[in-house]
Amino acid sequence: MSQKSEKLIDKKGLRLDGRKPDQLRPIKIEVAILANADGSAYIQQGKNKILAAVYGPKEAHPKHLSLPDRTRLRCRYHMAPFSVQERKSPAPSRRERELSKVIRESLEPSIFLEYYPRTSIDIFIEVLQADGGTRCASITAASLALADAGIPMRDLVAACAAGKIDDTIVLDLMDTEDKKGGADVPVALMSNLNAITLLQMDGTLSLKEFEKAVNLALKGCMKIYALQKEALKAKYMNVKEAAKE
Amino acid sequence: MPTFFERREIVTPGDLLAEGEYVAGENTYKEDKKIYASRIGLIEYGDRNISVVALRAFYIPRIGDTVIGTITEMGFSGWTVDINAPYLALLRASDVLNRPFRPQRDDLSAVLNVGDLVIAKIVAYDRAHDPQLTVGEPGLGRITRGQIVKVTPTKIPRIIGRKGSMISMIKQETDCHITLGHNGVILITGKKLEDEQLAVMVIHKIDEESHISGLTDRITQMIKEEKTKTKKRRKVKNESKIREAN
Repeated sequence: MSQKSEKLIDKKGLRLDGRKPDQLRPIKIEVAILANADGSAYIQQGKNKILAAVYGPKEAHPKHLSLPDRTRLRCRYHMAPFSVQERKSPAPSRRERELSKVIRESLEPSIFLEYYPRTSIDIFIEVLQADGGTRCASITAASLALADAGIPMRDLVAACAAGKIDDTIVLDLMDTEDKKGGADVPVALMSNLNAITLLQMDGTLSLKEFEKAVNLALKGCMKIYALQKEALKAKYMNVKEAAKE
Repeated sequence: MPTFFERREIVTPGDLLAEGEYVAGENTYKEDKKIYASRIGLIEYGDRNISVVALRAFYIPRIGDTVIGTITEMGFSGWTVDINAPYLALLRASDVLNRPFRPQRDDLSAVLNVGDLVIAKIVAYDRAHDPQLTVGEPGLGRITRGQIVKVTPTKIPRIIGRKGSMISMIKQETDCHITLGHNGVILITGKKLEDEQLAVMVIHKIDEESHISGLTDRITQMIKEEKTKTKKRRKVKNESKIREAN
C-alpha cells in the first residue's frame, strides 16, 4: 500500500487509540433494556454500539419451516443506515446475510434446541454504530439476550477478535486496524466448557502467528465472559440493594 | 463431591455447580459427572439433587396445570388459545358445550369469541402434539371481570408460598379472590377497585423481589403501609366533603 508510512503502532508500542497490543476496548454491557422483546441486550465496545433482541421460543411461522425434533433458530444481523460514515443501504447486503449465518451457527451449539420441537427462536441484531469487530460484539450481545429470554443454554458465548498490524499480534481490532492491518481472526468461545464455536481468519498469518492470535483472542473472550456474567446478574443485584435499604 | 456455590446464590448459564454423583434437577444439565446451570437463577442444593430456581423462564405446558389464556382464533369445531407458552392450545367445542358439537346448529361465536379470556386446565400434551384444554370443572370457564397480571411463570410457587401461606395472606389482607394460572397469568377479582389495585401491586413486588430473602416480612409491611395511605386519602376526601357541605 502507498500509505505504508502511516504507522499503526507507535514507538512506545501503543496503538492508534492508545491501547497496548493485548488490551480490549472499553466495554459496557446492559441486559433487558427492551420491554417488547422476550430478551434483549446492548453492548458498547469502543465505538461499536449494538442492540440484540430475542423472541421465542414461539410457534414457528410460516409453519412449513418448523422442525419436528428441535427449535429453528433464526438470526438477522443488520446495520443501520447511519452506522457507518457513508450511508449504508438498509437492504440486507451480501455481507449481512453471511454474518447472520455465521452468528447463528456460533450460537446454535450453546442452546438446547432439542427441548422445544416445532418452535422457532428469532434473534435480531441491530448495529447502531460500527467500528470493526461487530460480529464478535454481536455474538456477545445476542448470547446475553438469549439468556435474558430464559432460553436454556449450555453456556454463554463470548466472542473476540485478534489480528496482525505492523507485524505485531494485537487484540480486538478496530475499523482502521482491520482495514490497514495484515490479518483478522474472530473467535467465539463457551468459556466454562472450553469449546470454540466460531473461528475465522481473514488475511495471511504464519502458523506460529495464527496460534498466537488464537490464544490472544481466547484470553479476550474470557475477559468478555466475565463482563457478560456481571451484566446478567447486575439487574437482580440492583433490586437486592434497593430492597435492603 | 465438591460444590462450588452457596445456597441461593445467583448463577448464570454455564456455571459449574457441582462435581460427582449428583442428579441434575430443574434448569441444570449434566455432562461427565459435572452439573452446570442452564438458566440464570438461584441455586438449590438438595441431598443428591441440584436445581436452579430460574429468574427468567417461559411457561411449558404440563398436564393438570390450570392456565389463563386468550382466545386467538375460532375454528370449525373449537378454538385456539394463547396460553403464554411456545405452543398454542386447543379447546374443543364439545368440551365447552358439554355435549356433542352439531356444526349446523351450534354458533361458536355465541359461546366464546376471539379476545375472550378463559381459565382452563391442560388435559393432554406431549412433544408431538399441541396442548389440549378443558373447562369442564368447577372454577373454570370464561372470565367476566377482574384484573389480569402477568408474572414470570417460575415465580408462581413463590406467590403461593410454603403450603399456600403467601397467597392466603394476600387474599385475606386485600379481600380479593385470586386465581393463579401456572402459565404466569393471574386473575384478581375484588369488591372494590382499591383492593384489586393493592393485590396487583403486591404481586408485582413479589415478581421483582422473589430472589431476596425476607420477602414475606416486606410484603406484610408494604400492605400495611398502603392500607394506611388509602385510609388517609379517604379521610381527607371525607373531610373536604364535610367542608363543602358546610
